[in-house]
Amino acid sequence: MKIIQRIGLFLFAIGFIAFIGSLFISSYTLTQETIINNAQSKAQATILTEVLAEVVNHNYTSKWAFVSAINNEIETLNTAYRENQEWDKVIYNQKELLFYFTKNSTVGPIKSKGTLWFLLTFGVGILGAVLTNLFSYIGHAGIKNNGIFFSKWKSRGWIGMILGGFLILFYILLYWFPMYIAEWALMLDPLSKSLSGNPASQWFLYGFLYTVAIITMGIRFIKKYRHNKYQVVRTISVMFFQTSFAFIIPDILARLNLPAYDLKNIFPLDYTLFFEWRLDEYLANGFIGYFMLFWSISLFLIGVPLITYFYGKRWYCSWVCGCGGLAETAGDEFRHLSDKSLKAWRLERFTIHTVLVFAIFMTVAVIYAYITGDNHFLGMDTYKIREWYGFAIGSVFAGVVGTGFYPILGNRAWCRFGCPLAAYLGLVQRFKSRFRITTNGGQCISCGNCSTYCEMGIDVKWYAQRGQNIVRSSCVGCGICSAVCPRGVLKLENGAEEGRFNDESIFTFGNDGVRLRDDL
Amino acid sequence: MRHIVIIGNGISGVTAARHLRKQSDFKITIISGETEHFFSRTALMYVFMGHMRYENIKPYEDEFWEKNRIDLIFGWVEKVDASASELKLADGSIVKYDELIIATGSVPNKFGWKGQDLIGVQGLYSWQDLELLEENVKRTERAVIVGGGLIGVELAEMLKTRNIEVTFLVREGRFWGGILPKEEGQLISDHIQSNGVNIEFNTELEEVIDDGKGQVKAIKTKDGRIIQCELLGLTVGVHPNVSFLKDSEIKINKGVLVDHFLRTNISNVYAIGDCAEFYRHPTDRKNIEQVWYTGKMMGETVAQTISGNETAYQPGVWFNSAKFFEIEYQTYGWVWNKPKENETVFCWQQKGKDRMVKLVFDKNTNALLGINTFGIRLRHEVCNAWIENRTSIDTVIQNFGGANFDPEFFAPFEQELLDQYNQQFNKNLVLKMKKSGRIANLLSKILNS
Repeated sequence: MKIIQRIGLFLFAIGFIAFIGSLFISSYTLTQETIINNAQSKAQATILTEVLAEVVNHNYTSKWAFVSAINNEIETLNTAYRENQEWDKVIYNQKELLFYFTKNSTVGPIKSKGTLWFLLTFGVGILGAVLTNLFSYIGHAGIKNNGIFFSKWKSRGWIGMILGGFLILFYILLYWFPMYIAEWALMLDPLSKSLSGNPASQWFLYGFLYTVAIITMGIRFIKKYRHNKYQVVRTISVMFFQTSFAFIIPDILARLNLPAYDLKNIFPLDYTLFFEWRLDEYLANGFIGYFMLFWSISLFLIGVPLITYFYGKRWYCSWVCGCGGLAETAGDEFRHLSDKSLKAWRLERFTIHTVLVFAIFMTVAVIYAYITGDNHFLGMDTYKIREWYGFAIGSVFAGVVGTGFYPILGNRAWCRFGCPLAAYLGLVQRFKSRFRITTNGGQCISCGNCSTYCEMGIDVKWYAQRGQNIVRSSCVGCGICSAVCPRGVLKLENGAEEGRFNDESIFTFGNDGVRLRDDL
Repeated sequence: MRHIVIIGNGISGVTAARHLRKQSDFKITIISGETEHFFSRTALMYVFMGHMRYENIKPYEDEFWEKNRIDLIFGWVEKVDASASELKLADGSIVKYDELIIATGSVPNKFGWKGQDLIGVQGLYSWQDLELLEENVKRTERAVIVGGGLIGVELAEMLKTRNIEVTFLVREGRFWGGILPKEEGQLISDHIQSNGVNIEFNTELEEVIDDGKGQVKAIKTKDGRIIQCELLGLTVGVHPNVSFLKDSEIKINKGVLVDHFLRTNISNVYAIGDCAEFYRHPTDRKNIEQVWYTGKMMGETVAQTISGNETAYQPGVWFNSAKFFEIEYQTYGWVWNKPKENETVFCWQQKGKDRMVKLVFDKNTNALLGINTFGIRLRHEVCNAWIENRTSIDTVIQNFGGANFDPEFFAPFEQELLDQYNQQFNKNLVLKMKKSGRIANLLSKILNS
């Protein structure tokens, strides 16, 4: 068992090294054909061919030099356009061009032996990860938290810091410098083409890695919590929703020339829902387009309050959501790093509701602009608002901080402090829901396991030791507090709203002397 | 302003302080030399195993105390001068009180074995014990634990996480034989052994053998066997930590003697928790109760009395819980290790699984008297009500789903339990209440089929 686990880890290491190495072994030659195939318009192709004449057919051994050569030319061109106020000529798709130019100009084994490299990197890495995870947590089924606070990667040790640094770097490259990881997408071209018919974009790469992370680490999670059916079912659910709704279905929709969106992504987490390009896309696609728009709006308006009323926000956050799915699987080993202090709770309520207000404000501005055609809302450029939201919330908060900081802030930093949908679900859960975590009479021993392993930073024991049920807007219902409780004190339940907040009795259940007095 | 001083910042003392603060405006001071802040003693094992750090086992944030105007003194009390109503601390300072609550807990038992004070011999109760254990395990490859009780199992589990070979000496023929009936003892013994712990039943400690440098190198059992070990864990129970009161006017026996109001022979001195000993317990329990829950209840009760609501200690239906490696245990009411004359015992055990329910009821009235469960969680309120109301066993069996507190999707067992009961007692009862949650039940039916 242990040997297979080691072999798995070894294979994963090989795959990972090959994966990183694949970014450094190619040279790059831009051809005229590449320019024509990737330019937005004929005019753009013509002008690019002209300014890139010196780059074309020149072989660059350094990606850096290749990218900066192209970038410089486009910059010069754009500066000139801007000076002459020729706004319609400015090349706005500069980042995308650089990504596809790099990807399609790659020369060397990644290009010529793509399948082999795909197998060597993704293939070997995934195989290794699955093997090592399948053979982890051997021995009796049960709580597997031994040594977590001694771990160099799980408890902010040096491995954790390196891992965090790597994840942060990955997000920065993905969002702002995708041309430097273009080879990874290149290796995924066959897969992407078989699904959507299109070559792999950086978002396909991201979706693929995301899905792989949820599945491989989901296997690990299931192995770890195999004694707990709630955990097993919930994890299968997030693995399913990620693979189908988030990854495969949008690609099939794209192949069918339909709006290719994740149908389980709900506004305002899905903050572009009401952007004019999306509305236009839906409205241009007949019945199916209308249906998809109707579906998304219904999920937001009816689905969220209704299902949350019956089951709490867990139905989404820890059963369906992709961010939640990654947090619960790949992020599980970091759940204890969330801050449990009162200060953090105060900060959380401030930030998450601020983001919700920001998202709603942006959406109102965008709809206003769509209806009136006036791009200024309350004196602000709606494009600037969107740009800010996309940068600060969509990329930095949700991606870089949300996932990159797993090994530092825990696995739910985005869900807890930033996600506007979580804020909305949380308001319903707090004020109108049947969901609660029931505290079992007087059985709590204040040991602190529940609070420690709460990824949302809820001080669960504070309630449990008072015999009080836990009703908190942030609770995503992952059920780990109940799983790690050594005395059977906590249970996630949906029940009558009456008695949900049982905060009247302050005495230990079973203390008849004071209980009788209390009743008087 | 009246000044209430509490010696001991464990669950009893802290609960008393919290409730005094709720009820009154008194000046409240807690004195402890163990740690600066209150921590959960029951969670010490998790710190050693790396599940938590010290700060995680503190039930309240450090700001809590100042915010609630509870003063903390970090120091040991050396003497109580009851006639002057003052305490002398180890650093020489004097603390005056109007009312004193003694909540000093316990110390591990040692029964005068030869070599019991050697390096490497220790109990596990206090924060200092844990620190000592961290020191001791550095040179430990093999450990022996004496005493088959709760702390003993916890210590075994702790040591196993550091890959230490553990031998467990149990005086009885099965684990926790003084408390658990046969089936339960067997279940737990098997489970402990399956975790790689060697158990030596019917074995007692004779003496501890010195390695010549003042450290333990082996132990000798009463039947003359020598077992090599670098660590000897003594987990043969605890006794009240009251030796500092020996020369005071406060009456002590094994513990601080108290009446039903938790008051000692001195009218402004009270004792609660592990260290208190009733002249006669208000219920049928033993005069010294060394349980987390009772300590909590005594704290709540004494706070009432001191703040003017004279309240006698009156615990309701007995309950307790524990976890043995991976098996959770809960108990409600009384399940004796040997059934009493008027008792009938019904025991259901899931085949191949570490799940068990034991129900004890009155032969004549059929009233439920006690419940033990292993690997199954029950609702405290429901069990309490059943036992308090002397509910008939038939009703309990038919409505057992109402007490099921297992997480969603866990396999229900009520039907199996009922079937066996019907068969065993020749009855035709039908299940009336299932575990709550319709969709979860449906799914678990599919999953567990």
